[in-house]
Amino acid sequence: MKVILIRFLIGGVAVSLFAILGDVFKPKSFAGLFGAAPSVALATLGLTVANDGKHYAATEANSMVAAAVAFFAYSSCVSWTLMHGKVSALWVTIFSLPVWVLLAFGIWYAWIR
Amino acid sequence: MRIEIDPSALGKTRWYEFAVRFLFGGLITAVAGIIAKKFGPGVGGLFLAFPATFPASATLIEKHEKQKKERAGLHGSARGRKAASVDAAGAAIGSLALVAFALLVKRFLPAHSAWLVLTGSTGIWLAVSLSARARWPVGCAAPGNLQPASHCTSLPAPVPLP
Repeated sequence: MKVILIRFLIGGVAVSLFAILGDVFKPKSFAGLFGAAPSVALATLGLTVANDGKHYAATEANSMVAAAVAFFAYSSCVSWTLMHGKVSALWVTIFSLPVWVLLAFGIWYAWIR
Repeated sequence: MRIEIDPSALGKTRWYEFAVRFLFGGLITAVAGIIAKKFGPGVGGLFLAFPATFPASATLIEKHEKQKKERAGLHGSARGRKAASVDAAGAAIGSLALVAFALLVKRFLPAHSAWLVLTGSTGIWLAVSLSARARWPVGCAAPGNLQPASHCTSLPAPVPLP
């Protein structure tokens, strides 16, 4: 339980710091880069190295490749839909999440597992 | 396009908007750890690039842009969506750099200092993001950006000011 709480706090701080960077930079296309910053990865990998070792963390990073490719497809899909559609950002970002899920697990299952 | 820092933007963000991002960031980090323990590091690693805070961030950007236009007496819905769209295009570029980050960590972490590898990979993430952004100027479609359409390679023509 203690480890989960530490993960929660460190993850929250890391994500907030990158989010603040995204808030203060202009233009939005530059600030958007921080939407895909390795904030959760840094928090998780740092803790994983400390608790489970480097090889365990490297295995996580290997899977992260698939997830990052899926993130690219997801954010491209969100960007296109918001630019061309009339649906709010909240709904577009939530209903596009299956794109990430299918691609991340699909790529992992097909090539990385 | 020139990159600027605007600290006043922080003043426009409410405390609960910071709290939401902290909560989602903390939750996904904790959940990634729990999943890795239960299903192994292969599955757990997928959640290191999960767009956990993306819906909250995109909604905030849309809301702030909409409010700005409405204060000027204009309808801001379309403008808000376009601002969120440009932000998402930036995230798409950032996610390409995230692939580079993950590959570097996977390759160098087992044999080198974790601190050095994570710091260096973050630096590479930033460098790849910046060079990719310079190559694909997605800001062409940003609200208020009047750059000629010929500068845009990946998004539609610029949105003129109302």
